[in-house]
Amino acid sequence: MAAMAMERGTAAEALVGQVVLPGDLLLLPAHYDEDAEGERLRLSAGTAPQGRLLCGPGLRRSGAGLLVTKCGLLRHRPGGGGAYWVDSQQKRYVPVKGDHVIGIVTAKAGDVFRLDVGGSEPASLSYLAFEGATKRNRPNVQVGDLIYGQFVVANKDMEPEMVCIDSSGKSSGMGIIGQDGFLFKVSLGLIRKLLAPKCEIIQELSQLYPFELVLGMNGRIWVKAKTVQQTLIIVNILEACEYMTAEQRKQALAKLSGN
Amino acid sequence: MAVEMEVADGQCRLRPFSCELGLLSRPDGSAAFLQGDTSVLAGLYGPAEAKISKELPDRAALEVLLRPKVGLPGVLERSREQLLRQTCEAVLLGVLHPRTAISLVLQVLSDAGSLLSCCLNAACMALLDAGLPLAALFCGVTYALQPDGAILLDPTARQEQEARAVLTFAIASSDRKVLMATTKGSCSVEEMQQCLAAAQRAASTIFQFYRDSVRRRYSKN
Repeated sequence: MAAMAMERGTAAEALVGQVVLPGDLLLLPAHYDEDAEGERLRLSAGTAPQGRLLCGPGLRRSGAGLLVTKCGLLRHRPGGGGAYWVDSQQKRYVPVKGDHVIGIVTAKAGDVFRLDVGGSEPASLSYLAFEGATKRNRPNVQVGDLIYGQFVVANKDMEPEMVCIDSSGKSSGMGIIGQDGFLFKVSLGLIRKLLAPKCEIIQELSQLYPFELVLGMNGRIWVKAKTVQQTLIIVNILEACEYMTAEQRKQALAKLSGN
Repeated sequence: MAVEMEVADGQCRLRPFSCELGLLSRPDGSAAFLQGDTSVLAGLYGPAEAKISKELPDRAALEVLLRPKVGLPGVLERSREQLLRQTCEAVLLGVLHPRTAISLVLQVLSDAGSLLSCCLNAACMALLDAGLPLAALFCGVTYALQPDGAILLDPTARQEQEARAVLTFAIASSDRKVLMATTKGSCSVEEMQQCLAAAQRAASTIFQFYRDSVRRRYSKN
């Protein structure tokens, strides 16, 4: 019965936090009003929407409302016109403008470096896009180095382009990642969970012992602790977080801190 | 995460379905789909870098590979690959990932009848698991027409052999539209329409099963 209701469309608020599948139609509140008013023209300013509704990943506008194109949990953020998006568990990264990612240098081609970021094509990074870099003073980047940077150009029709400086020319944490440490891959869903403000996993891990951590939106994590053993413990815990519940993780951490 | 299902659809019954998502670690999306004793494992890679020769300027290039249980893929597999590819292309929003390649590999684990519909279901679940943009879902339904004229939903290999005709349809979740139809053997137009109408009814059950499988996957976090 639920499936039949989906076809005609369900109110978007009713599905927030629930699983949606491609092809589901979400109706927006403004849309109910239109239904009620029928074909009547609206001239008064009172019926104008308060702000623009943001339509995030996994959703497309379709005549009646929003069409779901990815499977996952529907999320909503109130305020302004509000925002809807679909939180899905993916492994393949698709570059998005403004995302911070970890890239691996695959080639040096004249003025630009080619970086593998896990997307469908390599990203380019200019040698001038580093803090303090000039035509004379080139950054020391070798093939195989890890670079933490930000996308300034990322769309489906163009080659993605990265920089390691912010708009004021400061590095703000971006640049070449040090020599040692350990790089591994996790799902994109886990990265988003780890990057959420006040993430429990990170807070619990930080009580264990000090370590350095770089999280790339492309699913790559770089970890470095005092010893190789400590680094690998962190890596194993983070990798296991994908499948562990909060209680299981707390138990595992309690066992570690006991030793 | 297997979900069991058995549904009575008039006198026609679907065999127990079971599906597991994301059980392979290397591909971007994977699904194992079981329909009775028929089982297919699907792995999906993409959107990945495309070879220059295969690259399309306006949309993603989809490639489907069907691997039989034993031996090398032959003409039958090639023709099924074509059907599967065209069905997937009908729902996949490939324009959102131009100049990329998406490859879907289907490995037959055991064939106990209704193999093509099982492949279709596995393909759709793999597409879902990889999180590729889709306009709608699709499912595969196979019918066998028995010599006495009775229609049989989701036939076994033995029932397929005895049947006068075997019909497979791919049904889209939006308005239960038909994406693909293929027949083997002889049947009248009325019989075909009867099967098609029954397939559209059975599709609702399969889509509900899809929804339950995905819910199980997301209930963990």
